[in-house]
Amino acid sequence: MPKQFLKGNEAVVKGAILAGCKAYYGYPITPASEIAHAAALYFPRAGGTFIQAESEIAAINMVYGASSAGLRAMTASSGPGISLKQEGVSYCAGSELPCVIVDIMRGGPGLGSIAPEQSDYNQVVKGGGHGNYKNIVLAPNSVQEMCDLGILAFDLADKYRNPVFVLTDGFIGQMMEPVEFPEPIAQEKIPEKSWVVKGTIETSDNVITSIELDPDDLERHVNKLQKKYSIIEEQEVRVEEYHTDDAEIVLIGYGIVSRIIHSVIDELREEGVKAGMLRPITLFPFPKKKIAELTERVKFFLTLEMSNGQMVDDVRLVVEGKKPVYFYNRMGGNVPSMKEVHDKVMKIMRLS
Amino acid sequence: MNKVLRKSDVFYDVYERRPGADKLTTTYCPGCGHGILHKLIAEALEDFGVQDRTIFISPVGCSVFAYYYFHTGNVQVAHGRAPAVGTGLKRANPNSIVISYQGDGDLAAIGGLEIINAANRGEGLTVFFVNNAIYGMTGGQMAPTTLIGQITMTTPLGRSVENEGYPIHMSEIIATLEAPVYVERVMLGDTKSIMHTRKAVRKALKIQIEKNGFSFIEVLSACPSGWKMTPIQGEKWVTDTMTKYFPLGVIKDISDTFEGRDFSRKNVEPSELHEILDIKETRIDAEKIAPFIMKSVAEEIKIAGFGGQGVLSLGTVLSEMGMRHNYEVSWLPSYGPEMRGGTANCSVKISSKKIGSPVVANPTILIAMNRPSLDKFETDVVSGGLIVYDSSLIDRAPTRTDVTVIPIPATKMADELGNTKIANMIIVGALIKHLGIMSQEIVLDSLGDVLKRKKLVPLNQKAILKGAEFIKNIK
Repeated sequence: MPKQFLKGNEAVVKGAILAGCKAYYGYPITPASEIAHAAALYFPRAGGTFIQAESEIAAINMVYGASSAGLRAMTASSGPGISLKQEGVSYCAGSELPCVIVDIMRGGPGLGSIAPEQSDYNQVVKGGGHGNYKNIVLAPNSVQEMCDLGILAFDLADKYRNPVFVLTDGFIGQMMEPVEFPEPIAQEKIPEKSWVVKGTIETSDNVITSIELDPDDLERHVNKLQKKYSIIEEQEVRVEEYHTDDAEIVLIGYGIVSRIIHSVIDELREEGVKAGMLRPITLFPFPKKKIAELTERVKFFLTLEMSNGQMVDDVRLVVEGKKPVYFYNRMGGNVPSMKEVHDKVMKIMRLS
Repeated sequence: MNKVLRKSDVFYDVYERRPGADKLTTTYCPGCGHGILHKLIAEALEDFGVQDRTIFISPVGCSVFAYYYFHTGNVQVAHGRAPAVGTGLKRANPNSIVISYQGDGDLAAIGGLEIINAANRGEGLTVFFVNNAIYGMTGGQMAPTTLIGQITMTTPLGRSVENEGYPIHMSEIIATLEAPVYVERVMLGDTKSIMHTRKAVRKALKIQIEKNGFSFIEVLSACPSGWKMTPIQGEKWVTDTMTKYFPLGVIKDISDTFEGRDFSRKNVEPSELHEILDIKETRIDAEKIAPFIMKSVAEEIKIAGFGGQGVLSLGTVLSEMGMRHNYEVSWLPSYGPEMRGGTANCSVKISSKKIGSPVVANPTILIAMNRPSLDKFETDVVSGGLIVYDSSLIDRAPTRTDVTVIPIPATKMADELGNTKIANMIIVGALIKHLGIMSQEIVLDSLGDVLKRKKLVPLNQKAILKGAEFIKNIK
């Protein structure tokens, strides 16, 4: 089987190329730089374009151009760079341009650190730029998923004509694991796009734009976007559940945190503690129904994050105070240890 | 005569995209230069027969709605970003003719970086830079090209050098770069100057059509509304005042010697991609690994030393070999908090079960390649674990009595083999022999697939054998 041992940052590039992505535009930043390194090596060989852009803003706008022209296009960065890209992401959302943006989160605010954090949740899941829009957000927790969800990102982007983020942390980008790569997507499997502008007579009546000066026109457009987001919330929620069937306490986390939770659950189960895990694989759409369903049958939730509690807000909105939602976090680049998580669970269980 | 009066076919007959009742006139004010420049561009595109191939980029500014008028492909973009978007468009479809149409605030202020770098890369774009020394659409504020003393909404007392600096000369700046093929400053004043502008527009487009070259045409243009003048006064101000600060003429022209650019992408079939991406079959010999596969392997290995001792590659080789024995494996480099303390280290997990967290906090095996690493991680090792250390570099033995300790003079042994850098492979050989969870034959055979520098494979194989032999002798 075509199995390879490599970094998450490399797997996402190879997956993208297998998904038919032909354009990579990016700017160097730690801990996402290996994505640009691999893209620089492989995109030109694979019939694509790689340009190291002059800025993060230029990079996302080059993606805007490539996507307008009908290509599957991507860029990647980390927190400070994503902040800069937000203008372009908003334009992509407004013009309904499919594109994939990989965010390998690091510590913030400001220059912060290059160590892993999950503090871009709000700026990525809640839109981030100006305007009433949403990104689809996928949260891989392994090198294999960097490939698989990277590929899915392109399909979802095209399906909904929407920006899709692959949001993960420095650990998942930097770590190496075995990956099985799928067969490349056949060109004819990539959906035909009649709306693009590519310098042909067939596309010469097309326009890509996000401006609608008439209030009624813009409201119609924005309402259309909201309808699209509702369909996405209906159809695209993805989660991983681990021992939630009989769980009294459900731990919620994504990215590297979910890997730690997974190991802690194994320990807790051996000790007879009925603990389970819910891992949102899609952060937008957020697994509201699943959490609501769990609210009916579990005693506690514990949300674990490497941020100041950006996702726990969304959990609490669904739980609506019906069950206690506890929170544990580490920040600054620190990763919660298994022992810390274990102790936190035991403390909650003793309180009950 | 007929030809002159006819509206170019490159314009829509009726501007259906324009909201409101009036679908026949443009949104431009009387005396504004945009209409004239649009006309010159449209006629050139028609005459050159490239209407269908053309993509017109509408910027932010009064020409934000250029797509109401041009019957070409149209892309409307963020303020200042047209050259970046143009890069994406052109690279995607090198046969398209891409026009970046920008004003002075758009190009010289907020989009300064994008234009300089697109010009410097020599993108196959034609840039029309409309310089009217003011922000028109937002209500007449100062532009980077606003003249000294010129009154605008944000320079109510006139632009002062002390506060706002000097008007920026974009054409001269662009012309200092090597890649641009043709840079000229023209104006929209009397008929003669318009006819000259017409020539420049056509030449610039030709350079893209024929050779994919980058051209930059700065067009001095009136904004009577923004300047609070009549159209006649505006034309006069362009001709008499603006040209003093912004001299007309060709600033750079290498079109005769420019050989052309090829932006075409390689044609690759999907079936070729696995090979291009270096995705290879991993050989797993079930028969050969059978005697070594153990059901309950759960090694958590911390490998630490100085940078340059091959600590990270020691980890990747162990992991990759584990993968070749069908174990679950993960490798995490010293990254973030792990980097504190000045040692390079990595965490490796080799397990017969699915790996949760890749973080190794309490290793079952510590490989210490220098003293600080032993000092730092010794206490973390689990009771009953294993400490392997380079006894030729570390001048103390571990103090733990509840773990197995294997001192290996790896650096000394590596020196004896002629290369200090293979101390890490001596450790690999020793550890594999000691643990007995992997086949030495498979490790030696697949080393060539794992190591990047193929020339060094025989030497590394030797080191692995030497490490194994060392363990055999002490047992």
